[in-house]
This record gives sequence, structure tokens and C-alpha cells, in this order.
Amino acid sequence: MSEAKDGHDDRSLLWLCRAVKLPYFWLLLFFLMPFLIILKISVAEPIVAQPPFTPLLEWGAQGFEGLRITLSNYAFLFQDGYYGIIYLSSLKMAAIGTVLCLLLGYPMAYFIARQPPGRRHMLLLAVILPFWISFLLRVYAWIGLLNNRGIINEFLLWTGIIDAPLQMLYNDFAVYLGIVYSYLPFMILPLYANLERLNLDLLDAAADLGARRWQAFVDVTLPLSVPGIIGGCLLVFIPAVGEFTIPALLGGADTLMIGRVLWDEFFVNRDWPVASAVSVVLLLLLIAPIMWFQRLQTREHEAAR
Amino acid sequence: MSDPDHPPLVRIEGVTKRYDDVTAVDDVSLEILKGELFAILGGSGCGKTTLLRMLAGFEHPTGGRILIDGADMTDVPPYERPVNLMFQSYALFPHMTVEQNVAYGLKKEGLPAPQIRERVAEMLAMVKLGPLAGRKPEKLSGGEKQRVALARSLVKRPKLLLLDEPLAALDKKLREHTQFELANIQYQLGTTFVVVTHDQDEAMTLASRIAVMHEGKIAQVGTPGEVYEFPANRYVAGFVGNINLIEGQVTGRANGRLQLRADALDAELTVACDEPSGIDGSVCVAVRPEKITISREAPAGADRNVVKGVVRDLGYFGDQSLYRVRARSGAVVQVSAQNLRRSAKLTVEWDDEVYLSWEVGSTILLRT
Repeated sequence: MSEAKDGHDDRSLLWLCRAVKLPYFWLLLFFLMPFLIILKISVAEPIVAQPPFTPLLEWGAQGFEGLRITLSNYAFLFQDGYYGIIYLSSLKMAAIGTVLCLLLGYPMAYFIARQPPGRRHMLLLAVILPFWISFLLRVYAWIGLLNNRGIINEFLLWTGIIDAPLQMLYNDFAVYLGIVYSYLPFMILPLYANLERLNLDLLDAAADLGARRWQAFVDVTLPLSVPGIIGGCLLVFIPAVGEFTIPALLGGADTLMIGRVLWDEFFVNRDWPVASAVSVVLLLLLIAPIMWFQRLQTREHEAAR
Repeated sequence: MSDPDHPPLVRIEGVTKRYDDVTAVDDVSLEILKGELFAILGGSGCGKTTLLRMLAGFEHPTGGRILIDGADMTDVPPYERPVNLMFQSYALFPHMTVEQNVAYGLKKEGLPAPQIRERVAEMLAMVKLGPLAGRKPEKLSGGEKQRVALARSLVKRPKLLLLDEPLAALDKKLREHTQFELANIQYQLGTTFVVVTHDQDEAMTLASRIAVMHEGKIAQVGTPGEVYEFPANRYVAGFVGNINLIEGQVTGRANGRLQLRADALDAELTVACDEPSGIDGSVCVAVRPEKITISREAPAGADRNVVKGVVRDLGYFGDQSLYRVRARSGAVVQVSAQNLRRSAKLTVEWDDEVYLSWEVGSTILLRT
């Protein structure tokens, strides 16, 4: 405190940072502010202008005249069954993608966690290596692999296993593949962190008490890895629900995901208020699992202490 | 030992365990009797834990075999052995309550639920944990965890219970108390216990017999008294209790006795020896500190070894005093004396010239 009064610049800055809690400042700037802007647009009316929505505050000749708020955009979302179907479809696709990630990621995380430490780090590096290349490029690369004249089809045709190219692109299959491919590391890392901490004496103890290896896995490893499973699933599920790139590039015309609807509302229909309402509702849908995740994390932190 | 009417419960026959180029257990043979409380004592890295893990079935011997109750266990997995292990870390399942932890082994056995409940309750009562049945392990103290681990490993009524450093994680006071409780439970149940420990006091007070391990081999097997009073070699003598080791040159032999010249103490010593004829040259003898009498006057009586020296250090512990006495040639001898008489003044003080003496029969001849 006294240092701040003394006016040593760096010291008082440090004090300021501590006082305002930098993380909260960060959240305020990069999360709450954009959200409030979206919220503001979602209660406006669309107009043909720049920007294409009515202002929140009405300014007349006498100055401030009041707030202009409409809930018609939300009403529109609920009246038009189309949006409900898309929300459900997005949740469903994200859920299936998450389960696929879990089924694939759990054995991988388990395998890595049981390796000798040196090899563990190599394998973990391999898991996060794809992040060194742009996400967009990697999704694009799948087009080259999956399309009718792509490497996979060409190879299968050449070997004679098939005599007509398989339709692997522009359908839900491609979207699931994209989700699993892109989000698998987010599943593996929290699971690995959990499984690596498992006290192996517990498995010996289970064996000693009469459990076979698979029974020890079901009775001990699996229940103790639940926090890792939940963490990994939420890290995959939450971003996957709002995913735009994967369904846009790999999905077909009938692939219904909310990310594409958002894009269409913003850039095709130029209806910013409805688009904003769509994303506010999406946020509300996801806020419950996010808060659950937060609570789980704080609980884990407390348990770790 | 090989009494045909009482075959040993555990027979370890020439068991060896090698990891790459390290031999952890080297051709160990042991017989453990039914109902015994057997201790395997040794420093860290002596192979005692590896031997224990082979008994439990977690490690496969490189050579030799293990028989339990006459059946060859070498290829039997841990979940099928009539053996349970109490882990040093206790290894309690953190997501299960005390009751669930104890019941786990019975559930895996496929016992009907009412029977499980009954046996778990019985077991928890025995270790005095009944009121804590619903708690999770994280809410238990160290001593309570230890008792849960004990109950969990005993509830399946194993033929053989293995205990890996059972008291190491407890503080001193609790350790002494638990030691007696453990021996008591063993006596009540009659289960054969094998305790692995690095703590000689623990082994001495708990066990009916002790195997001292050193560098993967059994250095000596015997009752606590045998191991303490008749150590088989230098390692056992030095590891179990305090001892004075004395080097000497053989100068004569007669009537089952050896005469030695100990230059380090500047003294002539006598030691009993069954077959003195084969021993020659340099030998090592030992004497326990409490066997030595310290006095300012020359000791009377025959059949005693006598050494002269000066008191360099004195530790007063109330019940006993420890002296470090330096002989004329510079070697130091440890002596402990019970303070039998009530007196604020010690009869022997710093820098006193003293005589150290002990019976010829208390002198230990160490051949290796």
C-alpha cells in the first residue's frame, strides 16, 4: 500500500493488477464485453443500414428518449420450429462426436499413462503435434483425403475393393470424423492427467483381493477416472456444439448445425439481431454444463490440496 | 525343521529374481510354519520387498518355486492365491467407504450379501472401526487407515497374510501401541503372518522368527534371541542392535577356546569355540554393549575378558547410561549400563580410567 503511495511506477502497477485481479479484467474485456454487445444486438430490430440493426438508446431532439428493446427475435426462434430442430441436431451431433472421442481417447490416454516416463512425453507431444498446423488447413486436408477422387477412394479403386467411389465427404460421417479428429487431443489430455496420477498400488490391492485385471479396471480405474472423463467430454462437447468450420467444410447440405445457421443469418440473410439471438440461446444452453465443469474443477482442486 | 507331521505352510525353494542385470533375490530358501509371525528384516534394497511381492504373486520368480500349503504357487495369479497383502501405502480405495473397502474382497469371492455384511461387521469390530464404517479413507487418521487396511486384508481369512512395513507410516507412540495390537490379533486368529520390515525393533518385538536379508540372500534365520545373541556373521551382528566388533590374531587354542591378541584394544581376549582347530590367523569377535561391566577397580573373578581405557563420552538416559571408552591404542568400545541404584552421582565420570570386562561366554566369534 505504502509503495503505491510512494509512486514507484512498476510497484504501483503491480499493486493495481493485484487489486483489480487481472483474470477478472481479462474475462471482462474478452468475454463479458463481446457478450453484452451480442445481447444488445439480439434485442434490436433489423434494418437496412450500416450497422444493420436499430440502436439500443433512442436519441431524439430533446436528448435521451429511452431504451428500444424487442424480444421479437427470440419469439421468432421459438415460433419457427426450424431453430429448435437445429439446436437439437447440434447437441446430438456434438454428443455423438464426444462419445466417439471418449471411446477412442480413453484407451489412448490409458496406454500413454502406462508407458515409461520418457516415452510418455514423446507420445503426448505426438498428441498435440497437430496443433502446430492451422486448424482450418487440417480440416481442408480431409477434403483431399475423403472426396470421390481423393486419396482414399483412389486407393480403394486401385486395389479393386470397390468399383465405385465411396461417398465419404459432405455428409454426417465426414462431420463426425472431423469432430473426432479435431477434438481428440482435448479428450486425451485431461484423461491422461487423471490416469497418470492413479496409484498403481490400488490395482495390485484389487488383484490381491481377488479381482481379475478387467474387474480391477471396472472397480477401481474407471470410477477414479470419472473426473477426467467429465473434463474431457465437456472440453469436446462445448466447442463441438457451436462448431462452424467442420460442418461448413465437410458437412452436406442436410447437416444441421447451429454454427452454419449463425453464419447464414449473419452473412446470407444479414439479419444480425436474429443471429445474435441464436448465439445467446446457444450460450444459455451451454452455460449449465460449463458451470458444472467449473464446479467440478474447483472440487478437484480442493481434493488435490 | 522338516518335521513330516507339521509341514511348513510356506516353502520357498531356491527362489531367485533378476531384473536385467540386477539380482534382487538370490537363491533364497525359507520355510515358514503355520501360525507363525515371521519377519523378514533387512535394509533398503536387500530384496525383502521383492520376496514379499513374489509371495503375493505380483512378481514371477526368475528361478525356484514357492509352495503354499503344499501347492505350487509359482504360476498362480495374485487373485487366486490364498494370500493377502497389507500394503505399505495401505492402498485403500479412495472412492469407497471403509465398509466397502473391507467388503471388496468378499464381493469378488461371490459371497452372498448378508454373509458379507456379517463378516465385515465382525472384522470392523475386531479392529475397533465399527463407528467409522461409512467414512471415506480421506477422512481417516493414519492409524485408522492402517486398521482398515488390516481388516481388508484379513477379512478373506487368508492362509497367509503379508504385511509390508505395517508400522512405518505411523508415529512413534502409535507404532508401539499398534505393534502389540497386531501381535494380539495374530494370536487371536492364528493366521500366519509374514512381516517385511527394515526396523529391527519391530521385527524383534513382533516376530517369533526372523530372517535377516542382505544383498538378496538370507543372512540368518532364527528366533529374535538367536539373531541377537548368536549372530551368524558380521552383517547380522552389526544390523541387529549395537555391537562392538574387535579384530584379533589367534595366539593359542585349548579346551574349546581360542586365545586372541587384539591390538586395537591392547588386550588378550578369550572366546569360546566348538572347533578351534580349523581357525587361524586373523578373526573377528564381537560383544554387545550391555554385556560389558564398567568399573574403576580391577574386576574380580576368572573367565572374563578385561580391557583398560578412558571414558571419552557419557550419555545419561535415566534408566541407563551409555559410555564410549577409548582403549590405550585408540579403539573405542561402547558400553551400556543399567542405572540400578538410585543416585544423582554417577560412579564413573568423564576421563576416568576404567576397566571394561565381560564374560568369555558373552564374546561372539564371527567367522564371516
